[in-house]
Amino acid sequence: MLDAKIPSGPLENKWTDYKGHCKLVNPANKRKLEVIIVGTGLAGASAAASLGELGYKVKAFCFQDSPRRAHSIAAQGGINAAKNYQNDGDSVFRLFYDTIKGGDYRAREGNVHRLAEVSANIIDQCVAQGVPFAREYGGLLSNRSFGGTQVQRTFYAAGQTGQQLLIGAYQALERQVALGNVKMYSRHEMLEVVMVDGKARGIIARDLISGKLERHFGHAVLLCSGGYGNVFYLSTNAMGSNVTAAWKAHKQGAAFGNPCFTQIHPTCIPVSGDHQSKLTLMSESLRNDGRIWVPKKQGDSRKPNEIPEEERDYYLERRYPAFGNLVPRDVASRAAKERCDAGYGVGTSKQAVYLDYASAIERYGRTEASKHGLEQVSIEEIITMGKEVVKEKYGNLFDMYEKITGENPYEVPMRIYPAVHYTMGGLWVDYELMTTVKGLYALGEANFSDHGANRLGASALMQGLADGYFVIPYTIGNYLADEIYNKPISTDHEAFISAEKEVSRRLEQLMNIKGTTSVETFHKRLGKIMWDKCGMARNAKGLQEAISEIQQLKKEFWKDVKIPGAIDEFNPELDKAGRVADFIELGELMCIDALNREESCGGHFREEHQTEDGEAMRHDDKFMYVAAWEYKADHEWILHKEALHYDVIKPSQRNYK
Amino acid sequence: MEHYTMNLTLKVWRQKNAKSEGHLETYQVSDISSEMSFLEMFDVLNEQLIRDGKEPIAFDHDCREGICGMCSMYINGKPHGPWQANTTCQLHMRAFKDGDTIVVEPWRANAFPVVKDLVVDRTAFDRIIQAGGYVSVNTGNAVDGNAIPIEKDKADAAFAAAMCIGCGACVAACKNSSAMLFLSAKVSHLALLPQGAPERKSRVVNMVAQMDKEGFGACTNTGACEAACPKEISLSNIARLNQEYLTASLVSEK
Repeated sequence: MLDAKIPSGPLENKWTDYKGHCKLVNPANKRKLEVIIVGTGLAGASAAASLGELGYKVKAFCFQDSPRRAHSIAAQGGINAAKNYQNDGDSVFRLFYDTIKGGDYRAREGNVHRLAEVSANIIDQCVAQGVPFAREYGGLLSNRSFGGTQVQRTFYAAGQTGQQLLIGAYQALERQVALGNVKMYSRHEMLEVVMVDGKARGIIARDLISGKLERHFGHAVLLCSGGYGNVFYLSTNAMGSNVTAAWKAHKQGAAFGNPCFTQIHPTCIPVSGDHQSKLTLMSESLRNDGRIWVPKKQGDSRKPNEIPEEERDYYLERRYPAFGNLVPRDVASRAAKERCDAGYGVGTSKQAVYLDYASAIERYGRTEASKHGLEQVSIEEIITMGKEVVKEKYGNLFDMYEKITGENPYEVPMRIYPAVHYTMGGLWVDYELMTTVKGLYALGEANFSDHGANRLGASALMQGLADGYFVIPYTIGNYLADEIYNKPISTDHEAFISAEKEVSRRLEQLMNIKGTTSVETFHKRLGKIMWDKCGMARNAKGLQEAISEIQQLKKEFWKDVKIPGAIDEFNPELDKAGRVADFIELGELMCIDALNREESCGGHFREEHQTEDGEAMRHDDKFMYVAAWEYKADHEWILHKEALHYDVIKPSQRNYK
Repeated sequence: MEHYTMNLTLKVWRQKNAKSEGHLETYQVSDISSEMSFLEMFDVLNEQLIRDGKEPIAFDHDCREGICGMCSMYINGKPHGPWQANTTCQLHMRAFKDGDTIVVEPWRANAFPVVKDLVVDRTAFDRIIQAGGYVSVNTGNAVDGNAIPIEKDKADAAFAAAMCIGCGACVAACKNSSAMLFLSAKVSHLALLPQGAPERKSRVVNMVAQMDKEGFGACTNTGACEAACPKEISLSNIARLNQEYLTASLVSEK
């Protein structure tokens, strides 16, 4: 079932050879070929713009009121590219190597090398579009280092890199809309893939304002619908981020790859109460200077500044003397959870740890004092000077923290806790980004392809834009070249009629339950099961329990969910109900995948598989494969394994002590 | 920070759809924590309405971290509420006290018709961008990113303008419902960069024409837009827009 279609030949020639030999579609024929794109984040908007420019007839769909709202917009840190502008030894190979290693050796060499190859083109393209990246005084592009790599290859626009890149892609998309090459459908949600003769031939979409169902034909369908972190209810994802498009595709035959690979980011603003609706990320860069601690005494309710130095447990420095507060994301996240579970958590919820800048402020203050040759300075003056330095480096993050919590992080330690941030798993795709369904593609976070078991910082933006600008414009031609003989299929075709009927039946079924429990309540319950049993640390017993709890939850949902309003109107509760129904099914598959993968790798930590020191233990002999799950029936999946081959890199075990 | 809970009276605009009449309806919410966000308070109210068999209030929101631009509530007479440089989703309940009455309405502008309750249609903004808010460069044509150095000051100014999140608070704040701050942010962003230069004249002329066509009002420089802008987009962008427009009109080669 799984043919990854990795081109043969040496790694560095694969993509060039592919481009030199793939089939082309002549311009006159492109005008006759229709492509549907679902989602308008970095992957979707860049694909829609690029395919529109090439002359294909594109229809793009998003559930938000404008394509510019997609959640790519919230990415803070930056985008990696192997430009070597800093002359610090970066290269395509190094970016490739870092990405494979960061993914804990669970990604394909061929795909990742291609990603590194096109990374430089992305920066050029974005600059040409007018993306205002940060620059140096000489007028050249600025770089910073990120996420433990040893070179400076991250391009950024203050803390709003995702916003600027998305606006660039959005503008390119709107230009194609103006030219008539792309037709945009905002406030539309895809609810089914239409299959004709074993190929994806269109979608059923719902106009979210009128509630009407629409049939749309396409010679190919591209899903650029993002990740599924909201299965945990609380995450850094946007409220509307969902798995529905990908899940409908999965149920039509597209295999789901590595669903259990989830990234949990260590530095987020913690949950403040039961009414919390989402979590906000604080850039990872804060760990460069902050010290993380909890009280040594369980349940200590004193204010942080009242707890003396000797009664504080700097647990990362204690457990990982070599890396201290700079251990990788997954390690830092698990350690925070361990302390809170053991009763040492802080804040109202007791699900938080302190990130303390007091010593950094003092250290910077002393440096400033000596820089200015001041010898007789009071500690107050030193602290004032130190605060200025910290403000320059992290001011916008500190402001954001204060806005949300009402606390001044210059005076009181910040409270942080890990939160679900990104999903490495997604629809299984081959080298051409095609799923196991012919004519159905997945791009960006929606696919599983490039990040293995753990994604490196500043790599999500790179992958989304690589897929949309530089990969799909070539690979889709290789498929569509043979489709020029196929006339557009009428949306009166039996397949469209029955697909629409099925969607309609499902919506009516949801509305007719008329139960007593709100959608939100079910989503929260699902999130709690997933977070507790398929979150930062997982074990067989917990996962088995989670599976039966989720099955039970599904039964209750379909018996007792209460959805107000009607189908034929603007009804956000109904939209949400459909998404939560899909999340429930996905949650079960994630637990099954996590149960199957009896090893610890990247973001997937199985408690049974750790070293004596509590470190992750991979089992390359048994699990060096992509788990691609084929949907069979309710609660029933078949596992297909795509073996991973490392021809160039030699996998090794990570160590941070 | 000390936390507290509060009971509030909410007067919220209810309107079934674009065609029907709307009205303010009064609701009570209790035990609202000062730690909650404004939208989380709305989540509580909506859960309460669902429990009581009533229809929840429709409102736009997505990222809930102040960057997507989707949330759009007019709170006690101010777009995005009482805090400066802030979006509705980032407004927290400690801005209010026990016993307060809060009036919540949708953005009001002819060019932003109400879809339902607090949700409005802002696609006019997309159409303004379609009229010229881009650089006409196809994928794959780009020269090296460092081929054209750009003065840091200019790049920073372009970025400051490009920070606009397209929420429409500027329009909602303006007594004339003018979209000049939104438009000027985009014109400035691209006019400040060398990449935007070739289309500089046509861009400003076409975008202004589209703005007028959408039914946005005229700008009388009261500065209400700047005061309401969650990203602090500067009024000086409107000055730049006027200059760009004038130059384009005077030296038009057509």
